[in-house]
Amino acid sequence: MIGPAIIVFRETLEAALLIGIIAAATRGLSGRNLWLAVGVGAGLAGSLVVAGLTEAIAELAEGTGQELFNAAILGVAVLMLGWHNIWMATHGREMAAEARSMGQAVKSGQRQMSALAILIALAVLREGSETALFLYGLSAGTGSGRVSLLSGGLLGLVAGAGCGWALYAGLARIPLRQFFTLTSGLILFLAAGMAGQMARFLIQGDVIRPLASPLWDSSFLLPMDSVLGNLLHLLAGYEARPSGMQVLFYGLTFLVILLGMRWSRPPIPQAI
Amino acid sequence: MKTLALALTLALSPALSMAADLELGLTIKNHQFVPAELKVPAGKKIKLVVNNLDGTPEEFESHQLNREKVIAGNAKSSIYVGPLSPGKYAFWGEFNMSTARGVLVAE
Repeated sequence: MIGPAIIVFRETLEAALLIGIIAAATRGLSGRNLWLAVGVGAGLAGSLVVAGLTEAIAELAEGTGQELFNAAILGVAVLMLGWHNIWMATHGREMAAEARSMGQAVKSGQRQMSALAILIALAVLREGSETALFLYGLSAGTGSGRVSLLSGGLLGLVAGAGCGWALYAGLARIPLRQFFTLTSGLILFLAAGMAGQMARFLIQGDVIRPLASPLWDSSFLLPMDSVLGNLLHLLAGYEARPSGMQVLFYGLTFLVILLGMRWSRPPIPQAI
Repeated sequence: MKTLALALTLALSPALSMAADLELGLTIKNHQFVPAELKVPAGKKIKLVVNNLDGTPEEFESHQLNREKVIAGNAKSSIYVGPLSPGKYAFWGEFNMSTARGVLVAE
């Protein structure tokens, strides 16, 4: 029972943390909960489809279809996160400042939420399809019984979702003034980390070169299988042995989104 | 248009990848890797062709190699690794961690 619980927990955690951050970052947007639910629902449905198609996807592009598929999903996710942050830099201040600007923000806010629903659907789809495959593998094998498998999976799911919820609840307690800066910062690291992962998949699928591989090795300082290493990997894309190309993707994404946020920020009214 | 495509290819060519130097086979059977220890030459790019003979999916994972890939049941899949510096690189099957363990030895 513990085996399935841990695996499902780890897969759930990744999506749950993302949902927690997005949910926190969009508090105050109308229809948010509905959009979040649509995203999670679509992702769950999609993950079953993808799990069923694993073999077909893997066989595309001479056996590297899975890498291209993952890289494409991550690429879209990076775009959505980047756009969200730049959008927030423009509207977040107004939204935080006064309720009346909310009315103006509602229309573009809906567009924003639909994009984030797609983002959440993609995250759930990626992690969910792996979980479905894993549980299928276990149930098809001998070993553990169905009840213990199911209860283990459920335990992992609840624990993972609980972590996402805790992150959301923690973020929601932060005063509005620092709140947007903090969530924007989290999303900036999240997006850069995803761009790094995307580079890793493209290298694994032999599309681009790794450049230096690894560029450094910090596994003696902070190993990937430690709790902190794992958490930093999920939240900020930490890699103990990254290739040069991954670092390049990471750095460029970070820089482009940061500059986008700077440029789209409305000028602060000067005090006389 | 042609010139543009050519210019783009030239500009990207240092980033685009070249074919692997050699191809090696790895089999998954009864949730175990065969062979469990795989010797590879250091400094070469390797195409690792993983053949899963089990009916259930497996995830090839390695922190040291920085690789992660799901391999469907009764299916073949390729993973590109390296060029590696000499040393030992542990890998495992994420879905059956107690039995599916192996190591790549680059020398």
